[in-house]
Amino acid sequence: MASIVFDHVSKTYSDGADVIRQLHLAVENGELLVLVGPSGCGKSTALRMVAGLEEISAGEIRIDGRVVNDIPPQRRNLAMVFQNYALYPHMTVRRNLEFPLRMRKLAGAEITRRAEKIAEMLDLTALLERKPKALSGGQRQRVAMGRAIVRDADAFLMDEPLSNLDAKLRVQIRTEIASLQARLDVTTLYVTHDQVEAMTLGQRVAVIREGRLQQVAPPWEIYRQPANIFVAGFIGSPGMNVLRGTLEAVDGNPVIDLGPTRLSLPKQTLVDHPGLQADLGQALLIGIRPEAIHLADNLTKDVLPAQAHAVESLGHETILHVTTGLTTIPCDTINPAASATPAPPLIAVLPGRHTFRPGDSLRLDIDGNGLCFFDMSGNAVR
Amino acid sequence: MKPTAHFLTQLLRYSVLTTLALLFLAPLIIMLVGSLKADARVLVEAGTLAAFLPDEASLDNYADVFRRSDFLRFFFNSVLITSAIVISGLLVNSLAGYAFARLQWRGRDLLFNLVLALMILPFEAIAVPLFYGVSMLGLRDTYFAQIAPFIANAFSIYLFYSFFIGLPKEFEEAARLDGADTLRIFFTIIVPNSKPVFASVAILSFLTWWGSYLWPLMVTIGPSVRPLPVAITGFFTLPPLLWGDILAFGVMMVAPVLVVFIIFQRWFVRGVTASAIKG
Repeated sequence: MASIVFDHVSKTYSDGADVIRQLHLAVENGELLVLVGPSGCGKSTALRMVAGLEEISAGEIRIDGRVVNDIPPQRRNLAMVFQNYALYPHMTVRRNLEFPLRMRKLAGAEITRRAEKIAEMLDLTALLERKPKALSGGQRQRVAMGRAIVRDADAFLMDEPLSNLDAKLRVQIRTEIASLQARLDVTTLYVTHDQVEAMTLGQRVAVIREGRLQQVAPPWEIYRQPANIFVAGFIGSPGMNVLRGTLEAVDGNPVIDLGPTRLSLPKQTLVDHPGLQADLGQALLIGIRPEAIHLADNLTKDVLPAQAHAVESLGHETILHVTTGLTTIPCDTINPAASATPAPPLIAVLPGRHTFRPGDSLRLDIDGNGLCFFDMSGNAVR
Repeated sequence: MKPTAHFLTQLLRYSVLTTLALLFLAPLIIMLVGSLKADARVLVEAGTLAAFLPDEASLDNYADVFRRSDFLRFFFNSVLITSAIVISGLLVNSLAGYAFARLQWRGRDLLFNLVLALMILPFEAIAVPLFYGVSMLGLRDTYFAQIAPFIANAFSIYLFYSFFIGLPKEFEEAARLDGADTLRIFFTIIVPNSKPVFASVAILSFLTWWGSYLWPLMVTIGPSVRPLPVAITGFFTLPPLLWGDILAFGVMMVAPVLVVFIIFQRWFVRGVTASAIKG
């Protein structure tokens, strides 16, 4: 087992494109850290730099304290699972599992013993003499995992290993990966664009955007306390709603003026977010998770009138897209203060099934607990 | 489309294809049939339907070929020269194609462009300077002079390059992480997954060098290292001129080509398609 450290690592291609910018991140010994971000954000490049498949333009990568910038991939003792599995098509499952051991010139009997042990662990014994083309997607994925595990690598690198599987299989294999990683206690750097994978697998999650690290924290912390509106929008499905408003104190109680409506906040808000004291009377951005929006009842103090725009019923919950008079901000905007992108609808997730139709008038209630606050440049105020 | 119209379209299509197939096969059939006939009948029946009918067939012409020439020697020479060029060429050109397709090294693109430029240079343009070089080195009338200059081949390199560039890089990257070096990756991962292009290059090279005439004519003096295409000319220049013998010689010269093609044709077609070299 080994730690992996990105020490102010940058990657610039020959055409001048900066793919990774000053990435500073450590994966602890035995930890499963998920690098997550939208397509093209540089997460796979970061992984490939650790593997030695991409050169580093600046900074250092250390594996177990050893700088590996100039060490070729075959001497880094890392195992990688590729997006398309990269199983050798001309070899049987057995030969695929044995290949890394043969490259290390292990004794024949030891090679067979280890390959068969891994096959048994991953339920591949019956498939040992098959070639990859005769396997299903899930079986291929397990062989790829087996090839990574078989040789006691210092760390695992996984590059979107579930993205070629159907949704149901993805859930199953995700659980298998998590339990396998826990059992082997091996340092794992896992790359995905799927925030559900990131949240369910990662002991910590690192969010990357345009080559820059946005936040690294345990999944729950990322969800509850996103560092900026990009993370707020990217983590969570649907992502966080971000509204423009003004924080005021009315009789010592915090109130947000959202334009068409006002939202009273618990007194504790100013204690939990001491940074807000400086923003009293000023415009700021308020993050509201979709599940914090409910249908109003007779007791609701600050009712938000809205009109249904789209209704998505998932059975166990209903996703409502509503139009309001509120100023919503797209989370992927670079400059929230001057966003020219059309305001997105407000999104609410209601438990159970609801039979609203587009155009229906609704009365909503925003839960003032657990809101997030961001300054006008999009960074969290804590 | 109505069934009748469909039938007529199919009929027309197959008629055209059958006619074309017969047109291309005709010379081969005439050669095979002519080789089995008495010499006197070969020219008399040429141009008539009888040229396709092997009545009163005999193997006398074949026996005559062996009696009048050292056919086995020429055949051995052709097999040796062609095999050496094809086998060494597969190794050298595939490695070169891989180096151009996958490895990063200074001057790679410039050199690859030069290789591409060589493809349009006809052999006749370099035949004379090459002849001078071989003569100066005292290599005339040797196998070496007929093999060495043709091992590295620009077109073969290009075919390998086109195929390798289309292979998923992940196989190589996975093998690299599994501990394999470049040569090991080439021989254990790339080669086994590139059978179609190896078959294509092997067949194309075989066809080219099995029928090669100009260069062997230039560099061979006596019959000892002379291949079949040059040897057959002896039947034209040394009297008596016997067309039956010439056709029998031709049949024995063409047969190995057909055998090689039939064995490898499945891969050959796949390889040509995969290399994006149409027709």
